[in-house]
Amino acid sequence: MLQTISILLENKPGAMMRVTGVLSARGYNIETLTVAKTIDPELSRMTITVAVEDRLRGQVVKQMNKLINVLQATDLTDAPGVIREMVLLRVRCAQESRTAVLKEAEIFHARVVDSSIEGFALEATGLPEKLDEFIDVMGSYGEIEISRSGSVAMSLETKKLRLQPPVPMAVPQATTY
Amino acid sequence: MSHDAHTATPTPHKPVHKPVVHGAAAGETGKLMSGSEMLLECLAREGVDVFFGYPGGVTIPFYDALVDHHIRHVLVRHEENACFAAEGYSKATGKVGVCCATSGPGATNLVTGLVDAMMDSIPIVAITGQVHSKLIGSDAFQEADTFGITRPATKHNFMVKTVAELPQIIHEAFYIAASGRPGPVLVDIPKDVFQAKGHYTPVDTIHLPGYKVFTEGHTGQIRRAAQLVLEAERPLVYAGGGIVLGNASAELTEFVEASEAPTVCTLMGLGGLSSKHPNFISMPGMHGSYAANMAMTDCDLLIALGTRFDDRVTGQLQTFARGARVIHVDIDPAEVGKNRNPDIPIVGDVKRVLQKLTKVLLELKPEFGPVKDAARTAWRKQVRGWMDEHPYDRLHDDHVIRPQHLMDEIDRLSNGQAIVCSDVGQHQMWAAQLIGFNEPRLWINSGGLGSMGFGVPSAMGAQMARPDKLVFAICGDGGFQMSIPELATIASQGLPVKIICMNNGYLGMVRQWQTLFYNNRLSAVTLDSFPDAEKLANAYGFNGRTIDKPWQLTDALMTAIKDPGPYLLNVMVSPMENVYPMVPAGASIFEMVLGEKKPQLVGA
Repeated sequence: MLQTISILLENKPGAMMRVTGVLSARGYNIETLTVAKTIDPELSRMTITVAVEDRLRGQVVKQMNKLINVLQATDLTDAPGVIREMVLLRVRCAQESRTAVLKEAEIFHARVVDSSIEGFALEATGLPEKLDEFIDVMGSYGEIEISRSGSVAMSLETKKLRLQPPVPMAVPQATTY
Repeated sequence: MSHDAHTATPTPHKPVHKPVVHGAAAGETGKLMSGSEMLLECLAREGVDVFFGYPGGVTIPFYDALVDHHIRHVLVRHEENACFAAEGYSKATGKVGVCCATSGPGATNLVTGLVDAMMDSIPIVAITGQVHSKLIGSDAFQEADTFGITRPATKHNFMVKTVAELPQIIHEAFYIAASGRPGPVLVDIPKDVFQAKGHYTPVDTIHLPGYKVFTEGHTGQIRRAAQLVLEAERPLVYAGGGIVLGNASAELTEFVEASEAPTVCTLMGLGGLSSKHPNFISMPGMHGSYAANMAMTDCDLLIALGTRFDDRVTGQLQTFARGARVIHVDIDPAEVGKNRNPDIPIVGDVKRVLQKLTKVLLELKPEFGPVKDAARTAWRKQVRGWMDEHPYDRLHDDHVIRPQHLMDEIDRLSNGQAIVCSDVGQHQMWAAQLIGFNEPRLWINSGGLGSMGFGVPSAMGAQMARPDKLVFAICGDGGFQMSIPELATIASQGLPVKIICMNNGYLGMVRQWQTLFYNNRLSAVTLDSFPDAEKLANAYGFNGRTIDKPWQLTDALMTAIKDPGPYLLNVMVSPMENVYPMVPAGASIFEMVLGEKKPQLVGA
């Protein structure tokens, strides 16, 4: 089943590569990945959904937490949280079905971001499964093209961020210069 | 150097502000230095006395600064061996091993060694040169994406962008390599960073907010573990490489004695408990002893300490220690529950956890009384029975030198005291089975990755670290030929390593599998045209000899040991010998093939 992991990581070169590397090295396929900086520009928040056997879910998060650039990796699959995804969708539709398309869009709370004689460009946000439905429905009106953002997730629990405090360097040796 | 120390001394009327810092760095905050000098300064502060490397275009500025520095550099003959030598050095001492290579091919040649250190959790800091910052990404001469290539090969890696961040990164690299579950860390340094001048300030703190190290172990869990140990009728200690890495040998011995549990040490954990200890059984696993594997199967409590339930130890997981409850102590949270879900997981430094566990155990012991005594005695008797029933084969032959005879003889001469660096293959298994070790850090081999060509260079590193010790490099004729270039390093450094080449003319372990599981269709395993060992050794300026008769063995080994210099002893052994016991791949560990009875053939 799909596992949703939220990761807070240092915005350092190679940090994202390390996270994705752990997944690929262990043979897991990434379904979606989103990343952007947080309030603190030195930190990024990453949401990954990945297909993992239930038995191995804990293992994936532990492997993430071992990474030095990762401050916290949390499994949000079963935790109380909000998961949203956005889709941009262009639908080409016949003149006579334009009204129907707009009605349908309204049902999914989608917004029209562009309109042309050929059809519409729509923007919708929601649970990934809801967006699947939305895309299916729009597909029935004509040729569509989509771009999905991948899931972004936020935990609704306040989990304390435990960080390692600075440690004094072990006894300095005699220097030579 | 020392004259700088005088210039650094504060004028008499001023107080000395940093009395703990010795030498020239005292009060010298902000001294102008090149990146190369800073790197050497940091290495010296980390206590590095020797490192292994191979220079190249972009590291020339660093090697130039090295001319004026006391740190010893050993010029190896291939970068891979620089990393293996650093591993040997680290395994023999417990200190961080350091190796160095140039950009591009130099760095890529290090990769096998880095992965090897990763698999066996050996603390290594690898320094690589990188092309000039302005050329990065331009497919410059000898450019490779070292940072990208070594990401999965290291515990962590760094790319230095400016000379200002260099000292902090170097100390962080050492800290990460040595702390927690140790491992290799690589620092990639562009040529212009080596050359750039900057103000050097000694680093005094390491701040890695995302790097969590768990050392203490959960008190409640430790207490529950102690109760389980006391309740158990058939406890077994399964000690791994973590005991050696965590310097927990004394604590393990105390625990084993307090719990009165028989003990197996894995391939990486050999020497963690002295081979002469009455509770010691042997190594378990694919080529472990009958007694060790039966004890693993039949115990009712498995106390796993600093070990990772590797497939070569557990065999088929579903049937592994089926009836046992499991206590798993490891410093790496990701190892706990990875292959086997423990009843009591304890994440912590095995040394600290064992100290506490033994203490609680002794406190609780009176409460439990002698109720289990009868069961415990029967268990010990049972284990002893298995050991007597099928001991390891040490038989000698009158006409040929059996590999087992060779290892038995080395065991006798070493008496548990010599450092034995092994390559990978049949000889490694026989050595692990038959050679005893009184203490940790004597048995050095490539366990997880199984890198051929490890034996000779790691022996180089170990001998460099322990000049007082007799060091054997035990190789097969395959692995030895992978490390021949290092004979020059050994000769040049005058390292009295005793290279014992167990020569069966085959890639023995592959040949064994082909014999047993591929209908004896031998494919690409014959190693002919082996060089004349005596001439080869002589060509490098030391002594060597080839023997093939059992009655020559003792004298030949004694001659090698007494020789003040390096020695190459090529021992022709009976070629078709197989390592037993053997657990066929994928089988349960109690389904051992104990001897020459033909096992079932695959695809026959």
